[in-house]
Amino acid sequence: MYRSHVLVCGGTGCTSSHSQEIIEALEREIAANDLTEEIKVVRTGCFGLCALGPIMIVYPEGCFYSRVKVDDIPEIVSEHLLKGRIVTRLLYDETVEEDGDIKALNETDFYKKQVRVALRNCGVINPESLDEYIANDGYQALAKCLTEYTPEQVIQIVTDSGLRGRGGGGFPTGRKWALTAPNQAPQKYVVCNADEGDPGAFMDRSVLEGDPHCLIEAMAIAGYAIGATMGYVYVRAEYPIAVRRLQIAIDDAREAGLLGKDIFGSGFDFDMEIRLGAGAFVCGEETALMTSIEGNRGEPRPRPPYPAVKGLYGCPTVENNVETFANIPQIILKGAEWFASMGTEKSKGTKVFAMGGKIKHSGLVEVPMGTTLREIVEEIGGGIPNGKKFKAAQTGGPSGGCIPVQHFDIPVDYDNLISIGSMMGSGGLIVMDETTCMVDIAKFFLEFTAEESCGKCTPCRIGTKRLLELLEKITNGNGTMEDLDKIEKLCYHIKDNSLCGLGQSAPNPVLSTLKFFRDEYVAHIVDKKCPAGVCKALLTYTIDADKCKGCTLCSRVCPAGAISGTVKNPHVIDPAKCLKCGACMEKCKFGAIEIK
Amino acid sequence: MQKKISKLPFKGTAEQAAALQKVIDANKHDPSRLMGVMQEAQGIYGYLPIEVQQMIADGMNVPLEKVYGVATFYAQFALSPKGEYDISVCLGTACYVKGAGDVFEKLKELLGIDADECTADGKYSLSACRCIGACGLAPVLTVNSDVYGNLTADDVPGILEKYGK
Repeated sequence: MYRSHVLVCGGTGCTSSHSQEIIEALEREIAANDLTEEIKVVRTGCFGLCALGPIMIVYPEGCFYSRVKVDDIPEIVSEHLLKGRIVTRLLYDETVEEDGDIKALNETDFYKKQVRVALRNCGVINPESLDEYIANDGYQALAKCLTEYTPEQVIQIVTDSGLRGRGGGGFPTGRKWALTAPNQAPQKYVVCNADEGDPGAFMDRSVLEGDPHCLIEAMAIAGYAIGATMGYVYVRAEYPIAVRRLQIAIDDAREAGLLGKDIFGSGFDFDMEIRLGAGAFVCGEETALMTSIEGNRGEPRPRPPYPAVKGLYGCPTVENNVETFANIPQIILKGAEWFASMGTEKSKGTKVFAMGGKIKHSGLVEVPMGTTLREIVEEIGGGIPNGKKFKAAQTGGPSGGCIPVQHFDIPVDYDNLISIGSMMGSGGLIVMDETTCMVDIAKFFLEFTAEESCGKCTPCRIGTKRLLELLEKITNGNGTMEDLDKIEKLCYHIKDNSLCGLGQSAPNPVLSTLKFFRDEYVAHIVDKKCPAGVCKALLTYTIDADKCKGCTLCSRVCPAGAISGTVKNPHVIDPAKCLKCGACMEKCKFGAIEIK
Repeated sequence: MQKKISKLPFKGTAEQAAALQKVIDANKHDPSRLMGVMQEAQGIYGYLPIEVQQMIADGMNVPLEKVYGVATFYAQFALSPKGEYDISVCLGTACYVKGAGDVFEKLKELLGIDADECTADGKYSLSACRCIGACGLAPVLTVNSDVYGNLTADDVPGILEKYGK
């Protein structure tokens, strides 16, 4: 028994801010103070509050130390762990009350409204320990399925729960399983889509890093339900920590008899393997992912036949995403009714969002479906930093759209997001403030989809390229009002005629910004101005004569010789010569140079 | 996107060839493991020149055109060698919104190379990547496996200095 546990986040965010060095320093100091028998250091998965990393929590007190530095460790060990005096100065300020009392973590704004189902073990257990997973009800759901339920009953429970695919489309998971189960074949497969290609989304990675056994358990349950004996997890190679922990978990589960032949003496066999992706966004599409697992270029296949009939290696296959699987063991243990009691009419349960961009608390949040964007962004996310104004929230990544402030009170679920031209996607949520140009953002996503288009079908391959060119024309100041009509028409052509989800959803960022921020497009075209001050070609640099002290610094750094003026007199920029490089602005000590 | 194909002569060693052969032998029974073999080959050689692709094709008993097709399809496979310090700037949405584009431009300017190029002395190479998942630290860049977060363009010279620039 240990009298105290110190949990340090070992997710990618905190590892990037050097949490490994914190762990080493902790172990060193704990040994130096002769406390190794009393205090245990645990490296966990993601706590969610990545912006405050590296994060460390000390139990039983529940003290939340944020932005920990190696230099702080000796003090924390000698004061807090040895003498029991909490180092309040280093705690996350929201957990400290005015009178100096410590507030429980789940009472802070960031955690208060969260309900953790898929992330329930992230930041709680050591992901590399099978024992800790089992101690937290691990593999009980699998045991229950194998010993108490028939495969049909398992599918019924999942169907009744109302769980829908968390990877983007929102297809009912139970129905997917029910469609696959009756198809007879010598071999069937369960595939997990962990190719989280949506830039700015990292919820699947956090589950893999923080709770890998949960995925293994859920895949085995799916295998039992549909009659498959083999599973593949397709993970992005960009997630080395996730891959390593998942491999450790698979090996441990196999060693313990939780994978392999005759699991729990039930006669059910199931095993699994990891396959690494190699950086292709289209592989997040289910048929493209299967083609890639088979060792080919990851091009999508026309449907039908659907994977339920002919999937991986031509065999019936169920493919779900990581977060979808992560819900399964809890649904089995707590029942379909419990799960269906959370959320909205057509979207049950919770959803994990990876919040990023211009927001105070970037990180991972899990909330019941139907929570409003305002609650997520303002209450949980802490709002926009630096006193800037909120402009839009982008959901669904390159397949989604931008949601403006007038729709801020809409309850977030699958159908509501689609009704306002966006989509749930995998759960990326990027917040944008007034300094983000919406035309530039549409262009950014189109650059992405045009580059990631696999080239198999013409509407996507050529359509996205032409669309991008039209957007570039506008951001360069050469657009016409007719271009807007052309853009809209082209968008619908691409949506209607593309083979797979990538092309069908690629125009969404353009259509949604055009719908909600048309005035910005018009400003670029008619006034030749970028209201947010982002599009370089449309900016003019000027010097404020009242602020300019005539120090001549700007005219000396200007590479184009565009700035003239004499010492101690206000300088002037010649717009015809100006390259808009911004060098003058960087150097000016008086803030006299403005962009308009 | 078209990949840049290196014209530098291939300088593989016998040890590298032996290491690759070991990987091939462990996987050649299952042609669907081609991508995994190519990933390990890239780990051994740093990139996948046509000579290495040929060795993989022969070893795995698949046509060279298939290996080449896979190599050009996935962003992770490099057909040009990387520098001693491989600098990669995340241009995922979260990083982009927070100014990763400026960081990338600054690197291009200071290194005098474009994206997916390597400096003439073989010391630095530069590329853009899509989201390494450290969005809480945006904008982020990596130098080999070191991660730098919360950057502005002004931080770039200091980082390059650490790697001898």
